[in-house]
Amino acid sequence: MAETTLAPPEVQAETLLDSNELVLNMGPQHPSTHGVLRVILKLDGETVLGTDCVIGYLHRGVEKIAENRTFQQFAPYVDRMDYVAAVSNGLGYCMAVEKLLDAEVPPRAQAVRVILTELNRIASHLLWLGTHALDIGAITPVFLCFREREEVLKIFENYCGARLTTHAFRIGGLQYETYDTFEKQCLDLCDLMEQKLKEYHDLLTGNRIWVRRTKGVGILNAADCKDYGVTGPLIRAAGIEWDLRKAQPYCGYENYDFDIPTAETGDTFDRYMVRMEEMVQSCRIIRQAVDALPEGPIKGKVGKVIKPPPGEAYVSIEAPKGELGYYIVSDGSLNPYRVRVRPPSFVNLGALDKMCRGSLVADVVAIIGTIDIVLGEVDR
Amino acid sequence: MEQLLANPYVPPLILTAVIILVFPLIAGYIVLAERKVLADLQVRLGPMRVGPYGVLQPLADALKLMLKEDVIPSQSDKWIFWLAPVLSTFTALSAFAVLPLSDRFFVADVNIGILFILAMSSIGALGLILGGWSANSKYSLMGSLRAAAQMVSYEVPLGFATVTAIMCAGTLSMQGVIASQLERGVWGAFDNYGLMLIPTVLFIIAGTAETNRAPFDLPEAESELVAGFHTEYSGFRWALFFLAEYAAIVVISSLCVTLFFGGWLRPFPNVAALEMPLNTLFPAALFALIALGCSKGVFRQALAGFRLVMAALTGLFLLVGAAFALPVANELMIGLFWFAFKLAAMVYLFIWYRGTFPRFRYDQLMDVGWRWLIPISMFGLILNGVVQLFARG
Repeated sequence: MAETTLAPPEVQAETLLDSNELVLNMGPQHPSTHGVLRVILKLDGETVLGTDCVIGYLHRGVEKIAENRTFQQFAPYVDRMDYVAAVSNGLGYCMAVEKLLDAEVPPRAQAVRVILTELNRIASHLLWLGTHALDIGAITPVFLCFREREEVLKIFENYCGARLTTHAFRIGGLQYETYDTFEKQCLDLCDLMEQKLKEYHDLLTGNRIWVRRTKGVGILNAADCKDYGVTGPLIRAAGIEWDLRKAQPYCGYENYDFDIPTAETGDTFDRYMVRMEEMVQSCRIIRQAVDALPEGPIKGKVGKVIKPPPGEAYVSIEAPKGELGYYIVSDGSLNPYRVRVRPPSFVNLGALDKMCRGSLVADVVAIIGTIDIVLGEVDR
Repeated sequence: MEQLLANPYVPPLILTAVIILVFPLIAGYIVLAERKVLADLQVRLGPMRVGPYGVLQPLADALKLMLKEDVIPSQSDKWIFWLAPVLSTFTALSAFAVLPLSDRFFVADVNIGILFILAMSSIGALGLILGGWSANSKYSLMGSLRAAAQMVSYEVPLGFATVTAIMCAGTLSMQGVIASQLERGVWGAFDNYGLMLIPTVLFIIAGTAETNRAPFDLPEAESELVAGFHTEYSGFRWALFFLAEYAAIVVISSLCVTLFFGGWLRPFPNVAALEMPLNTLFPAALFALIALGCSKGVFRQALAGFRLVMAALTGLFLLVGAAFALPVANELMIGLFWFAFKLAAMVYLFIWYRGTFPRFRYDQLMDVGWRWLIPISMFGLILNGVVQLFARG
């Protein structure tokens, strides 16, 4: 390594002794930046004066790749964006292409899609809960959460062979029919989750240290949420009942009876409670969908060669992390002309600075955890 | 030989050498116990690869740490960087000198033993501060700043709780404290009509903070400061810090056991009827149970070598259990047994904390320390003083 040249003594004395802010480089290799996020913190002691996010360490040019792939070929790539919620990514993409094609998706496929995306929401929230608790210093919940997440992944594995990047859906419906014990496994999982959520509440919700670490931390109120375009559990924790499953129902969500959990203040504790409640609601949806699972074909009339007419489509769905949008432009060829993704993690991450200012270093990791980012999606 | 042992300097020196040689191994096994207990709390198995059920893991870890490259950051203050872990380990091990391991095993029974332990643990904090400062890394610096603030804040309630116990016992000598508990026929924790429970609880809380254990592990808060003060340390130097941390845990736990839980005395030392069941049956049965557990491993392990290890452990524990039935051996070991037993319970408590609690935030830590623990500990001191003055014979 080259020798670092030090400043002359008088300059050194000035810079070392005066009370300038401390610039702390957090990441891209840091235990709790959830991958390769880099946050440059300006600190006064332990108080955060400002943050600067550096992203792009995981940039793979997914949107550009789309332009050189056919519509079907690109579908597995979307799983690699938010790899924690791959099913939701797939759903959004398939729905966007179906909108371009004006294709009809049979009701059975719709219902299975709902079941799988809700299962995925539970898996995603479980991963969030475990890592979030780990960031705040509780090391046990992460193992418990992974134990339950494993049950969800088993269902995915049985259904399509993959656990993480599932590529569960196809344009126009589903590739595979459900397996024999699919319904039973889903219902068992709902029972299990309701039982285990109590365990998490026992471990965290009533814990005074947990409450003190999360209450009043990283407040993002309703007005700020709108300003920053923040969606998902963050905006719901601020008191706005905004959920695309209710606001602009897709996939037959209008047929299911479920609540949108909201909270008041929009702090870390509220977001925690909202996500915990969302898992309960997901279980409710899964139960209803399994009970009323219609018979019939699993794939609509979509040709082997997908060649949508020229035009554009924007479809957004409620992914576990917020509004996930796909904007696809077709020029009538086999490949999309342009694919643009509106990733919830990326947009929500924009509010990090607002949430961090004035808090302490320990809060920064709590706030990064509560935004629930996946760097694969932020950087694409 | 007898002449040699009669020399007042020889037995303490032998014991000192034994402690210094054996403690790293014990610390290694405390780490293994911690990993196993945490694993049990977290629905997993813990180390299972090195030796049967991972029983040889500490040896493998020690070997690995010793063989690692010795890295000193080029921008660091090299001498202080070198000195810091040595200082931490030295002070932590020095405190062992006054620990009353049993009625006959102790290096020295100094009349200011408790003061000596508190002084040593305070100097130990200096090691953390120097280590964090000398590394010239921002994470280390913040870790050591936190360590300094935490030590200053939590030494006060720890001191008050200790003073209350000393007041109750009337002596600063570790053996003296135990003798007074024997004389009064009640553990320090339940003395003064149960009012001593206040300093007991405070001592355990402040002791956890003093040893930088979860939920007070801010100086090395892994998810915030990477590794805090020892971010830049690796290999053997890091191992020294680790050794110091576990030595500090043992010392603080020992102090707690001695002050509040009767040290090496068996429970209810004044009830003669319990002598046989507690001093002979209980340890023998405990070791027999451990041996039974190990014997299962003899049949379950697939590798012949692993079976041999499990068989050896079974034999060892049976032998120890049987030794408690021999009056001569029993008399020699029983104090050590009870001390170790209570110590293990304390260490288990520390591990349990770690598996359960999230970490405090810096300002909350200060808040708890200054606004709650210190006033309560002062109140406990005054209350116990008044009770002792008027209500106690």
